[in-house]
Amino acid sequence: MQNVPDSRGHFGQFGGKYVAETLMPSLFELESAYKQARRDPKFRDELEQRSREFVGRPTPLYLCENLTARLGGAKIYLKREDLCHTGAHKVNNTLGQALLAVRMNKSRITAETGAGQHGVATATMAALFRRECEVFMGSVDVERQSLNVFRMKLLGAKVTPVEGGSKSLKDAMNEALRDWIATVRNTYYLIGTTAGPHPYPMIVRDFQSVIGREARRQVLKHEGRLPDVLVACVNGGSNAIGLFYPFIKDTSVRMIGVEAAGLGISGPHHAATITTGSVGVLHGNKTYLLQDELGQIRETHSIAAGLDYPGVGPEHSWLKDVGRAEYTSVTDAEALDALKTLSETEGIIPALESAHAVAHAIKLAPQLPKEQIMIVNLSGRGDKDMQTVARALGVTV
Amino acid sequence: MASAGRIKRKFRELRARGEAALIPFIVAGDPDMDTTRRLVLELEARGADLIELGVPFSDPMADGPANQRALARGLGAGASLAAILSMVSELRAQTQIPIILFGYFNPIFHYGCERLCADAARAGIDGILTVDLPPEEAGELKRPAHANGLDIIYLLAPTTPIDRSRAIARSASGFLYYVSVTGVTGARAHLDAELGEHMRELRSVTDLPIGVGFGISTPEQAAEVATMADAVVVGSAISLLIEAYAKSGDAAAAVGGLVGAMKDAMNSARRGERPPGLGNSDG
Repeated sequence: MQNVPDSRGHFGQFGGKYVAETLMPSLFELESAYKQARRDPKFRDELEQRSREFVGRPTPLYLCENLTARLGGAKIYLKREDLCHTGAHKVNNTLGQALLAVRMNKSRITAETGAGQHGVATATMAALFRRECEVFMGSVDVERQSLNVFRMKLLGAKVTPVEGGSKSLKDAMNEALRDWIATVRNTYYLIGTTAGPHPYPMIVRDFQSVIGREARRQVLKHEGRLPDVLVACVNGGSNAIGLFYPFIKDTSVRMIGVEAAGLGISGPHHAATITTGSVGVLHGNKTYLLQDELGQIRETHSIAAGLDYPGVGPEHSWLKDVGRAEYTSVTDAEALDALKTLSETEGIIPALESAHAVAHAIKLAPQLPKEQIMIVNLSGRGDKDMQTVARALGVTV
Repeated sequence: MASAGRIKRKFRELRARGEAALIPFIVAGDPDMDTTRRLVLELEARGADLIELGVPFSDPMADGPANQRALARGLGAGASLAAILSMVSELRAQTQIPIILFGYFNPIFHYGCERLCADAARAGIDGILTVDLPPEEAGELKRPAHANGLDIIYLLAPTTPIDRSRAIARSASGFLYYVSVTGVTGARAHLDAELGEHMRELRSVTDLPIGVGFGISTPEQAAEVATMADAVVVGSAISLLIEAYAKSGDAAAAVGGLVGAMKDAMNSARRGERPPGLGNSDG
């Protein structure tokens, strides 16, 4: 496998820096600051120490004995990112980038958020490092995710509802970019997933790769060998790339990304970007997108608010095209079933996003021999989704 | 084939007359294609020197609210690239004003860079400005654009270091577009106090004409910029007027009035006159 991205931020034909000129110098500044930080033992030590003491790493690699027995196929391990502080893997990235913001002397940190998990993880770091924080969030999501809005405010962040476009994550990202164009001199824009212009997809991947590095070490310790299959949900794709990246050169390991098929990929109500989309340019990079025949971005749907972005990280597009990773999708209904199954069999309530990965694991495991080992990234916990799940199950809480 | 160099010829003529160019930006299809067609002719009659035609995009990340709404109206009216080229092609029977496509890269990429440049040149487009396509990524559009005699217009920003401006200028043609504010499109009460200094600095690295846009909304501001730059771009102020007059149906007359007043003020400023009624500028 070649090393990506190249020096200009390209993953094959994907990635790049498709932004307004006003932002170009800041992207160069960020790239150079990041490269210095990465080589600086002090930066690495602080990241490591805070990951351990504040985030709660390493997270366990947990063998699901009940689920494995019930399905009768491959051994299923969960990488428990749901046990991270703030309840999801998002914090791995916000910690790393917030340390960069401090290093770059930026007094203000901004973020886009969909479900609010990245917004909460950013607001958490802004509180810890005493930075001003503003989170952009589609007004529909502000409505849908009021609990996370409250959490962000409690953490001292300003939450700005975005009224443009479809009033969801992509529009929040538009507004965060607009804000950054105007405030670039004192503001660190903390992107939450492996999307956006170079160097963000690389930076986010690197900070999330702690997931795969730990999982690799842990599975070697438990099993004395590498796993056969990795499964993770994909939208922007940060939890998936975080798990996959340290295994990329282990070509015996299958890597499967699971997208949101919503109400089904035969209709318009889904967010299965890699599996059904076409190549285009949005939010600073070239990648697979859900778009119409004129190159206008389409509206999406998923029961998981954190899976309804119409794009995908450029590295996933590249992994698909070179054939290193496989991508598939599961529907809202399958994800809901998986959420119930995991809750009942293992006593773990996954986030709806992570339930997509679990759903595919439940489909795949019985087809595989018992000797095989599968690692599923449990990227977040389900507490935030209880209203949605109750509504979908016809229960009033 | 486009008449190669229509932009260059226009700046040469204006320079000979001692004028700065006025470049209105109008979103194609705002609120419908027929209004856009009438606006192009009306604005030329009122003193516009070039026209920037905004190509609607669902996610205009460098635009403020006024242009966001205008682009959404254009999108609703079906202003696809194909429809825009067909309109320009018809307009070419009536006007030779240089026309620049102004938009985001994805609709162009989706249409196909090669095919777009060939079709645009045939329709009578003179240049393309793509907000989110910096020189680093512009190769796939630049090659077919130049092969078809189209100028690629690049943006320069207040944050662009001078060495980078020099490099961008070297690969540019037509003119350079200086973004006068560190921010998105939209009217501002005041121009950047350092605009004159930025212009002097840019003059030292290029002989290309320099246009200034983002934030210019009044004849007073246009006049002030005309004394420093070769061209003045006005956009959001027009989008707001179109929005206000869309229902009563005389948007063309209203926008024509603003453009006429801007061009008069710019000409007076270039002649060193202080036009009557413009003495109370708060700039």
